[in-house]
Amino acid sequence: MDNWKDFRRVFLTLATPGGLWMLTFFVIPMTFLFVLSFSSKAVVDGEISTTAYDYLNTFQNYSLSIGHDYLVLLWRAIWTSAIATLMCLILAYPLAMAVCFAPPRWRPVLLLLLILPFWINLLIRTYAMYSIFRTTGVVNQAFGLIGMGPYEMLNNTTAVIMGLIYVYLPFMVLPLYSTIEKLDRSYLEASLDLGASQVRTFVSVTWPLTLPGVITGIILVFIPCLGTFLTSDILGGPNNWNIGNAIQNQFLEANNWPFGAALSFILMYATFIALIIRTLFARRSKGVDA
Amino acid sequence: MSTQLKPGQGPLEYARRPWIIALFALVLLFLYAPIASLIVFSFNVDKSGVWHGFTFMNYIKAWHNEAIFYALTNSLTIAVLSTVVSTVLGATTALALWRFKFPFRDAYEGFMALPIVVPEICMGISLAMFFSYTGMMAGVRDWVWPFNLINIMFAHIAFCFPFVAVVVRARLQGFNRQLEEASKDLGATELQTFINVLVPFMVPSLVAGGLLAFTLSLDDFVITLFSSGPGSITFPVKIYGMVKRGVDMQINAASTVLIVITLAATLLAMKLQAPDKAGH
Repeated sequence: MDNWKDFRRVFLTLATPGGLWMLTFFVIPMTFLFVLSFSSKAVVDGEISTTAYDYLNTFQNYSLSIGHDYLVLLWRAIWTSAIATLMCLILAYPLAMAVCFAPPRWRPVLLLLLILPFWINLLIRTYAMYSIFRTTGVVNQAFGLIGMGPYEMLNNTTAVIMGLIYVYLPFMVLPLYSTIEKLDRSYLEASLDLGASQVRTFVSVTWPLTLPGVITGIILVFIPCLGTFLTSDILGGPNNWNIGNAIQNQFLEANNWPFGAALSFILMYATFIALIIRTLFARRSKGVDA
Repeated sequence: MSTQLKPGQGPLEYARRPWIIALFALVLLFLYAPIASLIVFSFNVDKSGVWHGFTFMNYIKAWHNEAIFYALTNSLTIAVLSTVVSTVLGATTALALWRFKFPFRDAYEGFMALPIVVPEICMGISLAMFFSYTGMMAGVRDWVWPFNLINIMFAHIAFCFPFVAVVVRARLQGFNRQLEEASKDLGATELQTFINVLVPFMVPSLVAGGLLAFTLSLDDFVITLFSSGPGSITFPVKIYGMVKRGVDMQINAASTVLIVITLAATLLAMKLQAPDKAGH
């Protein structure tokens, strides 16, 4: 690596544009949000103003956020995300194994089939889920043919979890595929030759060696699930709101921006805690790098 | 060991285990059935979920529906322009991080990765506030198209270019810096070396990163919803509004068009990258 002082002009040309962009459209807006989360609406002429704020004068937004109603939303976001992530892992692991152990000329096609939906617009996919599971949708028509239903399959937590799995499954497949692909098969052969069963080989050899890929997959799925807003809004309905929906509501409808800002920071802290846990795990496990 | 192994029973033939094949088929059904159904019903004569006959009417109606057409044009314009800027910013950022040691390098690198991990909704509202505080939200409303979309582009570039930087940097790891030295020894300037040696090496990652940026921009709903002022609507935001009012086959028709565009772009870029893979 070169020292930046030896090529000052080159370095500044390369590092400044991205740095400035990030400063203007990320760091400064986030600082605004952070300041606002400790502020309250100003009282002008005895009335609560809709546009003016008293800055950095209160913790009430946070104490309100930690109040029961909103803690429930955060808690719901955490456990629905956890279930969706676990389901993705259970589904994606055998699929990634199958792709890696398929004949070489089939591998790219199989992998492409699993990740192609990722390229299709998230909203379109969620809408597609919504239209087949609604009470007059294709699934209920199929039930109708055998004289059952129609069932209300949307507006519940299961629908939200299904939607999350549908949307984020490719995020789990990719890191698992890239780890399992790099796995040295002679370890598996050795374990099987020495008399270990398939289950024992999986538990003692395959799983520990692919753990970094598993952890990356968990993070890649869990984090976007945590901040989800669209899936719970369209498939879950108002009774299944996550913290993401509460934030949106504070900004677009309830018009209490300081409170929305505090909720956002709570969501961000939850995300960072997840990332820190990932880093700790990644240091301890010494398998194949994802 | 005299027992004959049946096909699919070999110790490592996981791809041929019946239960794995069945699971694979089920997952593919789960992934593709909703999309297939969406496309099929875009040709349905009415908006019930029941098949009542084939028609192109929904496509014609969606084409003549000014709001949908306008939203789709906006989305594509934003995606193209943001992709160009994101690719340049991503490439320069990746080059700076790959080539130089400098103070606060780790902090710089960390901040560049933040938009990738921060929840979209948090970034969306912070930008919404930023744009309205600075007057940019109201300020650009009456500008001539496509400049009235500039806030959305600023926002899209901010979350797209870190992804490009990651892709380009991964490619740069494999660059042999002796090629650079050879070029300079032979009398090329810093700029000539950059254009004739480094850029050709980076091309596959620029295509891949650019494509990723294009898809991310076209796909984005949450950040756009917050950073768009009234009047500057994109396709996902428009669909969201329509979905809230119920199912309409014009959504299916317009979505099918967008699916075809995105998949064509994806497959094209994969093809463009393929000869390079064979060459290395």
